[in-house]
Amino acid sequence: MTSQSKIQIKDLNLFYADKQALFDINVEVMEKQVLALIGPSGCGKSSFLRCINRMNDSVEGIRIHGKVLIDKKDIYDKSIDVVSLRTRVGMVFQKPNPFPKSIYDNVAYGPRIHHLFETKAELDYVVEKSLRRAGLWEEVKDRLEHPGTGLSGGQQQRLCIARAIAVNPEIILMDEPCSALDPIATAKVEELIDELREKYTIIIVTHNLQQAARVSQQTAFFHLGRLVEAGETGEIFTNPQDGRTQGYITGRFG
Amino acid sequence: MTKQLQLLRKRNRSETRFRLYGLWTIVVVLTLLGLMLVSIGIRGSSVFQKAFFHVEIEFAQKDIPYDPLHPQESLRKVNFRELIYNSIQHPDTLQRNHIQQLISPGAEIMLYNRVLKKPDMIGGKYFVWIQASDDVDYFLKHPEIKNKPALERRLSDAQMDYLSEQAAIGTLKRKFNWQFFTNGDSRSPELAGIKAALVGSFFTILVTLMLAFPLGIAAAVYIEEFAPRNRFVRFIELNINNLASVPSIVFGLLGLMVFINVMGMPRSSSIVGGLTLAMMIMPTIFIATRSALHTVPKTISRAAEALGASRVQVVFHHKVPLALPGILTGTILGVARALGESAALLMIGMVAFVVDAPTSPRDPATVLPVQIFNWARNPEQGFEDHTAAAIMVLLLFLMVMNVGAIYIRKKFEHRW
Repeated sequence: MTSQSKIQIKDLNLFYADKQALFDINVEVMEKQVLALIGPSGCGKSSFLRCINRMNDSVEGIRIHGKVLIDKKDIYDKSIDVVSLRTRVGMVFQKPNPFPKSIYDNVAYGPRIHHLFETKAELDYVVEKSLRRAGLWEEVKDRLEHPGTGLSGGQQQRLCIARAIAVNPEIILMDEPCSALDPIATAKVEELIDELREKYTIIIVTHNLQQAARVSQQTAFFHLGRLVEAGETGEIFTNPQDGRTQGYITGRFG
Repeated sequence: MTKQLQLLRKRNRSETRFRLYGLWTIVVVLTLLGLMLVSIGIRGSSVFQKAFFHVEIEFAQKDIPYDPLHPQESLRKVNFRELIYNSIQHPDTLQRNHIQQLISPGAEIMLYNRVLKKPDMIGGKYFVWIQASDDVDYFLKHPEIKNKPALERRLSDAQMDYLSEQAAIGTLKRKFNWQFFTNGDSRSPELAGIKAALVGSFFTILVTLMLAFPLGIAAAVYIEEFAPRNRFVRFIELNINNLASVPSIVFGLLGLMVFINVMGMPRSSSIVGGLTLAMMIMPTIFIATRSALHTVPKTISRAAEALGASRVQVVFHHKVPLALPGILTGTILGVARALGESAALLMIGMVAFVVDAPTSPRDPATVLPVQIFNWARNPEQGFEDHTAAAIMVLLLFLMVMNVGAIYIRKKFEHRW
């Protein structure tokens, strides 16, 4: 499989006030692949993830140095508009967070604020397509006007994925998307991630090493704010180069 | 082992005791509340029922020179008292005079209004209920005064005989006193009503709400969502919070100086009252709005941000709608406070004796609590009951508003 480089991160340093959280991160993400970020709690995985759609911008006292290139353009460049960046980089959060609105309105919210449709029929189509792609359509097609918050946890998370892909992004960031779900719902979301890979570049933060091994092609191991090792998932799990990586994936610390 | 058991017993006993204390407090509070409501209810209820005579009155054309072009002026010249007196039949002239004194002066005004509304009554003979004086009312409520010595009561034996007779045949009755709701203030208690105060309260609250609601919410949304977090903003924030605890009379003084002395607005008008109360309840709405916005989970705004919503979109598509129940609850409680406020309004001259209901916010007006205050310091017997009755009306409004607040909270409550 010949894949193109989609995202390059160069010398990324991140500071919360005086405390440095990320040190000289350099990593490359291939188009239409899944990159899993693993590492112990507080190692900077989530901070790193939020740099890619600039969700950190609103955090008080934060400073970011370095470059995040998407399709060779630095997203921290002054010419980049955060709104249009976020239509290209969607995000799914740790806890399912549907809006307290109907299922339909949840999915339609993104297209609505970005005016991505002309007629109601077009919007209907976008909603259906997104729900189908998130594997939720069959379960909710008869109750689109019901509140999204009334769904089960796993369904809510898939609704959030549908909401994210409704604006047709190129990249989806997932911050431990299955940590609040039971094993069956987790399996469904993992299956979905595998399907979504056909269209989207995905970066997923996970604490579940088996999950990383199952869904990703690339894996990056973070430790204490540093990127210790990154590479092919199979390689990382079977033949880690760094002692810390080996220690973590064999369960000696974490 | 036994020591542990003893300790456990002790702990259980102290928990039971604690629960009993709680129960007792509730009982005491409820008893006090009940006593207050009952005592107000007993006093006030007498106002809602008044004594009326059923008499047949001849509206003869010769006595009523009605002019359709100037109905009010022509009717004002009519001697309605004479019409009423003529309707009372009694062979003894002296007795007749005494009986005539049992009619309330308000009866004339009632007849005047009646004919003004239906001029085609003129020329006919109709049975109407006319109001009896306060003494009659008192006699109907306390017939035992008959047994008191003649000097200690205000009615003569003959008058009381007449009343008993009329009551027996059903031409003297206690009926619901609509006039309490349709009349303005009056010097005589049987005529005094709360209409002027109700309309005044309505205009005042309207002005208050139109100003305090948008301003309070706008200020809170700006401070909570958009303002930069610097020392100056924190200083403003602290001051608005402090304003909520400033005594209302201070706001009254401010209203007097700013709106009346500097801006020259009409004294004792609802507009000045409304502006003053708006200043008073704005901090309440501000605080309620801020805390309501604060309780909207961060995850919701983050979800919207991640979809590319701008700050304004996040706030107005998600946070404000979700905070609305809290905002409305706070607003209703603020308005309830404004509705029951009197001290601030005394300062701006809303103590006036207002007979006619105001027709605009610029007219001199009074409000319910001030009306209550006015009646309460009036030494006449009848006004004591009026005070209680007006308090009942005020409490009813406050209760309705609080129930409304609870309803809104329950109905629009979100589960995350």
